[in-house]
Amino acid sequence: MKTAVVVFPGSNCDRDMQVALRRASGHDPVMLWHKNTAIPEGIDLIALPGGFSFGDYLRCGAIASRSPVMREVAAFAARGGFVLGVCNGFQVLLETGLLPGVLMRNATLKFVCRNVALTVEDTRSGYTNAYTEGERISLPVAHHDGCYVAGDDVLNALNDQNRIAFKYAEKVNGSQQDIAGILSENRRVLGMMPHPERAENAALGNTDGARVFSSLVSQTVSA
Amino acid sequence: MKAHVHVTLKPGVLDPQGAAIGQALGTSGFEGVSSVRQGKVFEIEMEGTDRATAEARVDEMCRTLLANTVIENYDIRIED
Repeated sequence: MKTAVVVFPGSNCDRDMQVALRRASGHDPVMLWHKNTAIPEGIDLIALPGGFSFGDYLRCGAIASRSPVMREVAAFAARGGFVLGVCNGFQVLLETGLLPGVLMRNATLKFVCRNVALTVEDTRSGYTNAYTEGERISLPVAHHDGCYVAGDDVLNALNDQNRIAFKYAEKVNGSQQDIAGILSENRRVLGMMPHPERAENAALGNTDGARVFSSLVSQTVSA
Repeated sequence: MKAHVHVTLKPGVLDPQGAAIGQALGTSGFEGVSSVRQGKVFEIEMEGTDRATAEARVDEMCRTLLANTVIENYDIRIED
C-alpha cells in the first residue's frame, strides 16, 4: 500500500500518521505540503491529519479545504481513491464537501482530551474490515469542535447506507446519534474524530486503532 | 466600496456558545435575556463602484467561503 499524508500549516498529527502508515504498510508515506498540486502516481491512500490547520481561523478546516492540494485530493477521491481524515482532517473533509454534515463546538464547550469508548458500527469498509461488527474499542480523542450535526435527510442516508463507521459509546461532545466517524457513499472516504494513529502500537498504551491501518493494507493489496 | 456581511446560525441549530453568553449576561445582572445567538461579522473593502456587481461578488464569497450554508445564514449590506 502506497500512502501520502497532507501537511497543512498547523497540522500536528502528521508525523504520528506517517509512523502509523509506515509501520502498517512497510513503505514511507509521501508527505504532501498544502501547496502541492502533484500527487505521485500509484498512491492508494491519502491521509489528512489532525491539528489546527491555519489556526482554526474562520471555521475549523475551512481555510485548509480551499488550499491547492485539496483540489487534487477531491479529484483523487472522485477517482475512487482512499481518503482518511482524522480529527481536523475530518473537519477538512466536511468543509471540502467530500463528506456531509458539519462539526460544531462541543456541546459541553470544553476541549475533550481522553480515551473514549466507541463501537464499530460497520465493518464493510476498507478501514474497518479487521474489526467485528458492534465491537467495543477505546481510542483517544482531542478536540474542541467535534459535535457532529447534519440534517435529517443526511442522517437517514448515513443510516440507510450503513455509512456510520464508529459511534461513541459514552457522552463525549453532543454529536447527533453519537456519531464519531462516517463513510462516503463509495465507502472509500472515512472521516473520524478519534485518533487511531495515537493507538496503533503497544508502546502508546493502546493498540485498538491499529486495525484501521491493517484493514487498509489488506484491502489495497487484494484490490 | 465596502460590504458588511453578517453570518448567523440558522434557526434550530444548537448554539452552546450563545447559550453560555446568555447565562453570563444573566449572572452579570442583565435580567430578561431570553436568548443569545452568536455570529460573525465581516467588513470587506472592494474595488469598483457598481452595487449590483459588488453584491453578486460578495454573495459568491459567502457561498464559497464565508458561511457554511449547512448551518449558517448570511446577510449582505453594501455601503457606498
